[in-house]
Amino acid sequence: MGRVGVVTFPGSLDDGDAARAVRLAGGEPVRLWHGDADLRGVDAVVLPGGFSYGDYLRCGAIARFAPVMEPLVDAARGGLPVLGICNGFQVLCEAHLLPGALVRNDHRTFVCTDQRLRVENAATAWTHEYASGEEVVVPLKNGEGGYLADEATLDRLEGEGLVALRYVVPEGGRNPNGSARDIAGVTNAAGNVVGLMPHPEHAVEAGYGPDPRSGTAGTDGLRVFSSVLRQLVS
Amino acid sequence: MGRVVVEVMPKPEILDPQGKAVAGALPRLGFGRFTGVRQGKRFELEVDGEVTAEVLEDAARAAEVLLSNPVIEDVVRVAPVEADAATTTLAGGSA
Repeated sequence: MGRVGVVTFPGSLDDGDAARAVRLAGGEPVRLWHGDADLRGVDAVVLPGGFSYGDYLRCGAIARFAPVMEPLVDAARGGLPVLGICNGFQVLCEAHLLPGALVRNDHRTFVCTDQRLRVENAATAWTHEYASGEEVVVPLKNGEGGYLADEATLDRLEGEGLVALRYVVPEGGRNPNGSARDIAGVTNAAGNVVGLMPHPEHAVEAGYGPDPRSGTAGTDGLRVFSSVLRQLVS
Repeated sequence: MGRVVVEVMPKPEILDPQGKAVAGALPRLGFGRFTGVRQGKRFELEVDGEVTAEVLEDAARAAEVLLSNPVIEDVVRVAPVEADAATTTLAGGSA
């Protein structure tokens, strides 16, 4: 059984849900503490959502220098699967494990909704149990979820297939937070590091995830976690 | 005690929703002449002793590594400030 670490920073909110998602996907969650420079021999790591360090300075900017991040950055560069969800995505960008940055939603209000997404890259450690182009619905909840990078970086992401997930935007509509090119999640070139704004860990058990009116069973997020566990086995 | 001020602004091409919110509020209060607002951050770094060239270099490095995110922000000022000047306000003068 794969052991998946879930880091708790001061101000993390969704570490419990991330650990639960790992368990429901058949893995063993291992709680990691921000202040310990120790990954406890885990096979993969999730940086959960929340408001680490109160979002002071910039979202993820202080968490990025927490002791646990030292071994994590090294391990991620060495191929360890790492998933950053929401605040975790912000931490990965601040740590330069992923390009770009997340800024305040362009409409200046917090967004909380069942969000339809398209899986653009189904070859990463965290998405390979999806079909390329498949549409899924998972909750999205953020105040600073606008993904930005300069045009050259965005072109490179598109050209190299590093856009992992995109918001599905209705004809004539806008994406939920002003993200460049409707980008909801990105991956590194090796495919082991993925960051995404939406919350797959909140869509892993029927009745506790997206509303049935979303047209899904509410469990579309589960395969994010089973993807990495399956990869660990093979 | 010496003090260094570091100022960070969102890059010009980056949307600044906070500045926009402030810009929207100003006309409602009668400040109609201000056509745009951009909101940045000011840090005051304290050191024991004087602000030397080495201190300023260190502050500039801290500004790049932690105080700003070069993807979305520019460091626009790294400079020594007088201890008194830092707490002086326009309204209160240098009482």
